[in-house]
Amino acid sequence: MLRLTIWPRIKWRLRYFAGSARRTVVQAARLSVGVPDYDTYVRHLREHHPERQVPSYAEFYRERTEARYRGGGGRCC
Amino acid sequence: MIIQSAQCPRLHSQLAWGFVSILAAVCLGVIALRRGEPVNAIWLVAASIAIFAIGYRFYGKFVEWKVLQLDASRAPPSVLHNDGLDYVPTDKWVVFGHHFAAIAGAGPLVGPVLAAQMGYLPGTLWILFGVVFAGAVQDFMILGLSLRRGGRSLGNMLREELGQVPGVIAMIGILILMMIVLAVLALVVVKALTHSPWGTFTVVATIPIAIGMGVWLRWLRPGKILEASLLGLGLLMASIWAGKFVADSAVLSVMFDLDAQTLAWCLIGYGACASILPVWLLLAPRDYLSTFLKIGTIVLLAIAIVLAAPSLEMPAVTRFIDGSGPVFAGSLFPFLFITIACGAVSGWHSLIASGTTPKLLANESQARFVGYGGMLMEAFVAIMALIAAAAMHPGVYFAMNSPAAIIGTTVQQAAVTISEWGFVVTPEQLLQTAKEIGENSILSRAGGAPTLAVGMAQLLHHILPGEGMLAFWYHYIILFEALFILTTVDAGTRVGRFMIQEIVGLLYKPWQATESWSGNIAATAVCVGIWGYFLYQGAVDPLGGINTLWPLFGIANQMLAAIALMLATLVVVKLKRERYMWVPGIPALWLIICTLTAGYQKLVGPISFTEAANRYSAALAQGNLLAPAKNLGEMQQIVTNNRVDMILTAAFIGLIVVIMAFVARAILKALQHKEPTAKEESYVALNDLATH
Repeated sequence: MLRLTIWPRIKWRLRYFAGSARRTVVQAARLSVGVPDYDTYVRHLREHHPERQVPSYAEFYRERTEARYRGGGGRCC
Repeated sequence: MIIQSAQCPRLHSQLAWGFVSILAAVCLGVIALRRGEPVNAIWLVAASIAIFAIGYRFYGKFVEWKVLQLDASRAPPSVLHNDGLDYVPTDKWVVFGHHFAAIAGAGPLVGPVLAAQMGYLPGTLWILFGVVFAGAVQDFMILGLSLRRGGRSLGNMLREELGQVPGVIAMIGILILMMIVLAVLALVVVKALTHSPWGTFTVVATIPIAIGMGVWLRWLRPGKILEASLLGLGLLMASIWAGKFVADSAVLSVMFDLDAQTLAWCLIGYGACASILPVWLLLAPRDYLSTFLKIGTIVLLAIAIVLAAPSLEMPAVTRFIDGSGPVFAGSLFPFLFITIACGAVSGWHSLIASGTTPKLLANESQARFVGYGGMLMEAFVAIMALIAAAAMHPGVYFAMNSPAAIIGTTVQQAAVTISEWGFVVTPEQLLQTAKEIGENSILSRAGGAPTLAVGMAQLLHHILPGEGMLAFWYHYIILFEALFILTTVDAGTRVGRFMIQEIVGLLYKPWQATESWSGNIAATAVCVGIWGYFLYQGAVDPLGGINTLWPLFGIANQMLAAIALMLATLVVVKLKRERYMWVPGIPALWLIICTLTAGYQKLVGPISFTEAANRYSAALAQGNLLAPAKNLGEMQQIVTNNRVDMILTAAFIGLIVVIMAFVARAILKALQHKEPTAKEESYVALNDLATH
């Protein structure tokens, strides 16, 4: 009885944890090479600039790749 | 009852931290005091983790609460200026990953390897205590300052808090530092690839691989980074495997068997071409490979050290602390603190801590985790590099890192010389090591990368044995460092170009147009010309280049760190928190003392550039040739190079003295004010914004 009630919860927790860990790793990896989260950007555009056209992921990716090496910070030795 | 339950967690925590402190003390005691028998590297790993934990929990919090007075209720730039792209409130783990990937580079891997000539103890102590009290404080404080200033850059903050003139002076200093960084890193590649057909082939192969990835990402599968990176990784591994056949083939091995000067010219030409290509074609895809390989290799190194648990063969302290060392000249003070820059304290980080990171942090309360914690991570990488170098046979270590002018060009000569120093090694051992890693010679491969590669390959071989695997791992590490450095050279040339355009643009407007082709090409030529000059100088240097250029790099990098810490001190005073000005102030003073002393010793005395210039010019006047110059033209070249280094060292000294004077004046002025005068942005509550 106990097993039946607790096990689904643990499974759910684990799945949730694995999912969020995966998202974190993917986001960190993308950001490390200069590509921020696309979904966040789209959400930002929809909320604050509904008049602007939402770029496709490919367009977004190209623009960010150009922006990464346009002067500024750089990386360490 | 209530009182008890409130005290319970505190008691637990006190007990736990007491235990960590005892652990740190015991481990450090073992490392420092055990003599006669080799110490296991695990003691060092445990001591580092314990000290970093204590530093993070106590000193880091002290800086956060008392000095920076960070406020979780305050809206950070990511919220205030949210644009979904550059300014985005981001998960703290994601920011940490990004920040660490940006600060970790070849620096923490090279410096500790060079410093191992003094034994593992001096380097270890400087990394452990340097990072807790200087390096992490610098990164964290600059991040904190930038967070309160809309995520502004170090240069901007210097101009705002200190004035226009010192701001521009510091900017020129940063530009020179960058040129030296590019030259010294390119030299590491040259040293690793000299007469190494296997290594050269794999590095050349990265160019078509990266271009292939670029095309894939642009047209075939736009933006599928993971896919393209895995594909690239597979091809890289295949190229390492193919490299063995190139090295074995009589025809191909000649093609890829290049000397230092040719390699230097190749790199200069490559840097010039690569930095004007569109970024998506070569730079960006290689950046993906090098970033992911870097993190992967660091993880691999950590696993290898823990599993192999090597003992440290190098003595705790060698006789070379007196300054007579073959790897770099100069005694423990100040040169240890110059040689190990990244890993203990690195000025370069202040550029990153005031770059992208402050624009991403979702809350001020996460700054300690990212700024202080990120730097502790980097210090841990430095400790691991030190372990890899110290776990090697000391004889092999000195054979790899001493210049040919000191140990000769044959294994017999090298073995005799090094054995005389007290590190007994036979010519057979040196030959055997070279054969195992698939190279013709391991002599005089200074620069850190090859030594780390041998050390790491031996560790990895220990846990994953197999025929020929040692050579594979060696070339994997060389490839990883070269890939990473080429990316830095390429990206750095672009950043340098923008900086040159900005500085020249102050005087001559047309240069500011970064879209103009003629301006771009001219600025690129200037930029490549500067670092290329130092690279070539390193390639023909009598003492192998690293010996000369690494101290220059160290002085420049620590100079920038001193400037960043001075800025932090000034802001603390301006905020009327004078009683905490020692927190950034003492490390700033320490770095000023180190850089000025090192600069002075490089100008006057037996290890100075002046002495070398005079010696060669005296010989030249009498028509004598000194090794390695083969004709009078080369003699003249060496004299000129040393003169240039003298001027540069003098410029660094001048620069730091001028900035110091400006800071001192500003501090005195701020002390007289009753009210805070720092230019912080005004407080906006996070809660007010959340309701919008």
